[in-house]
Amino acid sequence: MNDFHDRLTKLVGHQCQAIEMKGGELVLHVALADIVSVLKAVRDDTELAVTQLSDLTAVDFPERPERFDVVYQMLSVNNNMRLRIITRADEGDIVPSVIGLFRSADWAEREVWDMFGIYFSGHPDMRRLLTDYGFEGHPLRKDFPLTGYVEVRYSDTERRVVYEPVHLNQEYRDFDFLSPWEGMQLPQVGDDSDTDEEQAGA
Amino acid sequence: MGIIDPSKHEPGAVSATPLSADMPIPPGPDQDAILAAVGDEIANRGFVIAKADKLFNWARSGSLWPMTFGLACCAVEMMHSAASRYDMDRYGMLFRPSPRQSDVMIVAGTLTNKMAPALRRVYDQMPEPRWVLSMGSCANGGGYYHYSYAVVRGCDRIVPVDVYVPGCPPTAEALIYGLLQLQKKIRRTATIART
Repeated sequence: MNDFHDRLTKLVGHQCQAIEMKGGELVLHVALADIVSVLKAVRDDTELAVTQLSDLTAVDFPERPERFDVVYQMLSVNNNMRLRIITRADEGDIVPSVIGLFRSADWAEREVWDMFGIYFSGHPDMRRLLTDYGFEGHPLRKDFPLTGYVEVRYSDTERRVVYEPVHLNQEYRDFDFLSPWEGMQLPQVGDDSDTDEEQAGA
Repeated sequence: MGIIDPSKHEPGAVSATPLSADMPIPPGPDQDAILAAVGDEIANRGFVIAKADKLFNWARSGSLWPMTFGLACCAVEMMHSAASRYDMDRYGMLFRPSPRQSDVMIVAGTLTNKMAPALRRVYDQMPEPRWVLSMGSCANGGGYYHYSYAVVRGCDRIVPVDVYVPGCPPTAEALIYGLLQLQKKIRRTATIART
């Protein structure tokens, strides 16, 4: 662990905004311009050997000026170590694709484009991955409405499935109940002093 | 005398025709009497006569071939109902991989917007007469994903549904029960339509 950390600091420390341990996990914060060179450095270094990109995803923080975190989850099989590399991107920023370094980034980058609308440059096939053909909007953005904008129905007159604006027959129900687990006061073991009082009060 | 009519037999011996779908006759003296009567008819004359629509309904409800249309976790329960413990083959139900060989489509699981045109196309490819069984909360009305941006709020928006099976997912027994209800529904309908 320490060797790994030291080697990482020595190799890419000057390109990182921060290297931190968070909950026993190693996290690197990298500027958008440096992301490809940092990923290439940790991949090609024989001691680190971070050769696998296990996941690539994003997180939306609408209140921040640079609203998206793009998160690269890395794995070094040789060292049995995992590494999280985070970079920030704003709406409209173009993130360089890492498909040249890791083939596994292919569908992951398409999914991030689909769900968050973060565009990756240099990707050979930058289409939506999961949502419907002709879908508008990016569902995992915090400002995307849960029910979306369109719904489908089969039209007997047109003899095909048609898209219409969402019309909910039943409003969204918000079950804002106090959880029975939150509201319950469990008696402490060996603490009999105040149970009689509570029962009297109730 | 080729017609087997309960009213012409002695009371108590025969209570219904063998092809009557409304009330299957349990094994016993009643059933034996009917079978013996049919056997005698065939031995004496070489033919039996029954109502055509009853015969069609009997044949249709006895060989419901479902389209394999598993969309989500309900499909696993659908597989259970087809596997050896519940064994849908007993009812003459064999899963078919092609809509052109199917009579009934079991919509088993969450129907998404992206899947909806494909589901409708598969339904359109099925030959008449055809039936649809909606299995599980998601297919019935969107279920857990009712408010989702990507899910159809009930598969009856896309195809006409005959039987709804509730549950999340319904058990294999529940699906079998739904299919038996569908059999009853088919037996009730008049197959020779008069318009």
